[in-house]
Amino acid sequence: MIRILSRYIILFVLTLLVLAAMSFSLAYLFPGDVLTNLTGITAQNDIQRNALIKQFRLDSGYLVQFGYYLNELFAGNWGYSFISGLPLRDEIGLALPATIELASYAMLLAIVIGIPVGCYAGLRSYTPADYGINSASMVGYSFPVFWLALLFILVFSLELNIVPLSGRISLLFDIPDKTGFILLDILLADNIDRSLAFKDALQHLLLPTLAISTITTASMIRLTRRSVIDVLNRPYIAAARSRGLSRWQIFFRHILRNALLPILPLMAIQITTLITNAMIVETLFSWPGIGNWLIQAIYQRDYPALRVGMLAVASMVITLTILIDLFNRLIDPSREKYERATV
Amino acid sequence: MNSLPVLLICLATLVGISACSKQKKDGFYQTGIMYCSESNPVNFNPQLDTSATTSDATSHQIYDRLLDFDPDSGTIVPSLATSWSVSDDGLTYTFQLRREVAFHTTDYFTPQRTFNADDVIFSINRWRLPQHPYHQVSGGRYPYFESLGLAENIREVNRINGYRIEILLTQRDSSFLANLATDFSVILSQEYADKLMEDGAPQRLDHYPIGTGPFQFESYRKDHYIRYRAHHNYWGQTEFAERLIYDITPKSSLRLAKLITGECDAIAFPAQTELDIIRNREELELAEKPGLNVGFWAFNTQRPPFDNPNVRRALAYAIDKNTLLEAVYFDSATRARNLLPAASWAYQNDAEDTAYNPVMARKLLKEAGVEAGFTMTIWAMPIERAYNPNAAKMAELIQGYLADVGVNVTIVTYDWTTFRRHLREGLHDSVLIGWSADNGDPDNFFRPLLSCGAIPSGTNRAMWCNKKYDALINEALQTEDLFQRKAIYEQVNSLLFKELPIVPIAHAFRYQAFRKELKGMQINPYGGVRFGGVTKQL
Repeated sequence: MIRILSRYIILFVLTLLVLAAMSFSLAYLFPGDVLTNLTGITAQNDIQRNALIKQFRLDSGYLVQFGYYLNELFAGNWGYSFISGLPLRDEIGLALPATIELASYAMLLAIVIGIPVGCYAGLRSYTPADYGINSASMVGYSFPVFWLALLFILVFSLELNIVPLSGRISLLFDIPDKTGFILLDILLADNIDRSLAFKDALQHLLLPTLAISTITTASMIRLTRRSVIDVLNRPYIAAARSRGLSRWQIFFRHILRNALLPILPLMAIQITTLITNAMIVETLFSWPGIGNWLIQAIYQRDYPALRVGMLAVASMVITLTILIDLFNRLIDPSREKYERATV
Repeated sequence: MNSLPVLLICLATLVGISACSKQKKDGFYQTGIMYCSESNPVNFNPQLDTSATTSDATSHQIYDRLLDFDPDSGTIVPSLATSWSVSDDGLTYTFQLRREVAFHTTDYFTPQRTFNADDVIFSINRWRLPQHPYHQVSGGRYPYFESLGLAENIREVNRINGYRIEILLTQRDSSFLANLATDFSVILSQEYADKLMEDGAPQRLDHYPIGTGPFQFESYRKDHYIRYRAHHNYWGQTEFAERLIYDITPKSSLRLAKLITGECDAIAFPAQTELDIIRNREELELAEKPGLNVGFWAFNTQRPPFDNPNVRRALAYAIDKNTLLEAVYFDSATRARNLLPAASWAYQNDAEDTAYNPVMARKLLKEAGVEAGFTMTIWAMPIERAYNPNAAKMAELIQGYLADVGVNVTIVTYDWTTFRRHLREGLHDSVLIGWSADNGDPDNFFRPLLSCGAIPSGTNRAMWCNKKYDALINEALQTEDLFQRKAIYEQVNSLLFKELPIVPIAHAFRYQAFRKELKGMQINPYGGVRFGGVTKQL
């Protein structure tokens, strides 16, 4: 176990190091002044400029510079945004939780809907109900997420006018940013009508969450169904039947547990898709998350922001993937490699 | 949708939520106004910036001025000054100040005293005196006052007593009161400034504002929002909302969408192409008023053959203004006869105008010795403004008209900064551009656009200098009598018609789109949007 753990840690550290090196090299690859790209500060005069060059070791070799860069990254000095002039760490600290929140609700929704429906389809395999679910999930899986989001906006916001189309909550509510997660922040906020704020936030959440979770739900259904069908054909199910266990006992004790095990690693892969989709959908719903923030940075050529934003998003995705992988190992130590399942 | 159960769950949630949104009509949502603005303000002090975004966000919300414009008649009305008098020589202005006017109490400042003469003196001296301790804070540029040379013309600002001040001018200037009523002449708190200076953070004055206006600043997040709360001790009698929120939404289509869903109660700058959508929806309202602006075609009068008034006249005859209005402004503008729009008190409704007459144009060109095949440039400004929403298209249309009279046109454009720099250098033959005035006074059109003094500062696009013109507009400032001034401006108009350094094309309307629930919303033609007096009734 310790060997596995250390292997993961080494893998993790190496990947992050490569990412950091890439983000560092961006300061040189982006057009414009290296110093400005690195710090986000445009030096007003030569004195300031020289001081910054000295501070960031730009007069030494690349390795020394990179070492200092890493040091700054760990210390939390990520530089400043060109456009707003604010520390990038604060900006990302506000934007990233918003994306994570959206993605986690979508994941939750996908699990809550996808697994039961998938089980149902698997148990009723090759019946009309199964065919129906199967084709519906295929349709859901094939929708491009941005198109679905636009369709939702058009129908539910602009035509029916029942849900708002932008933001996390009506700006009339002044919710202080404590955790960055809107629903938690509402619980922590005082001086507001919490139930009204909650209702408002849920209305804002509804469409983006649905739009993102559609694809994930669809693949969840298909994965679960496939896995359940596989398990059903195993001899131990026949044995359990012959022992006279009831249908529910068989389902919960034997089918569900054994069917879920192989699909856990596949959920890990879903998470990265989910976050990518969340970043796309954010821009359509003006959700103040990292995707929206990066798009603004691209429009405004905010190189320091792009550099750190890329690093933050990539680190998050890698951390999540490795954690989930580790988790899979823990619950099923017998497994050597991923089982690549069919979707 | 993935499957039947998903669909059912969605439907159930949506039904649930639509039930909720009916309750939305209740109390809480009525207490605040959401305004979707187009961009971030540069700071929270309009003395430092002339952009409309900054003054929209500050002038009439956070601050008051000594005087105000009445939005309907354009006359000057009391605000923080309850009354004023002007000496016979027009050089001494005395203002009686309002008593018991409270400054904002916020979590970063608690005022110990009410408004008095010291605040006025501080606010004016800040931009007037280069040696003032606050002059250099935040850059030391005060573009509005600089462009009018106001600082040089004020000799002294004196305190007579706590509620009476006196301003002495060097030269008579009958547009002086109007300048004090513009969005830029706001009154700051001297007590707050002193405290900040003591704390060593003077630049906070322009970012954490304290004023006397109907709303007080609460918080600002760039690219997201500005929050204001009602100032309960506001001196005015008007009703206003408990909260005011600027939702910063740069995309005009998104602003419109949010207006339709009710996420915004009012939006800034609806696009010309979206106006019909707003007009056709029952729950939305579109107020329109002729704006204080003019879009024009200016000739570089320092370059031959445009130094010849007859050539300019010929070119003016060659174009059909009405077609330009339809094709470029989509009927969101009125035809301009001269510089002043109808919203100005000095508007002359019987002013002469050039008519479309290509035959006459050809004849005049021939007489002036301009051969067929002559080539000139038309510079088209690269950005959209109300007074010219699409200069490139207008340039193409004019290119077509001039081809009919035997003149070849090359259209030139650069990015906005370079464009203006080259214009100042006079590299153009002619340019399509315009002007938005900052106050209702006609001098705000005539002086920056065509006076000799405006050539170096770069607002005189025609590079036209005429002694008689300058004498006339100076003479107009020597009298307070509006009829007399109007008579002088009529002479100015006929001089301009004779000389035609520029061809006025259009005065664009100003639009304000808002939801029916907002009561008391109106366009302020003399500056930024106002939310004092606006309430929301769901």
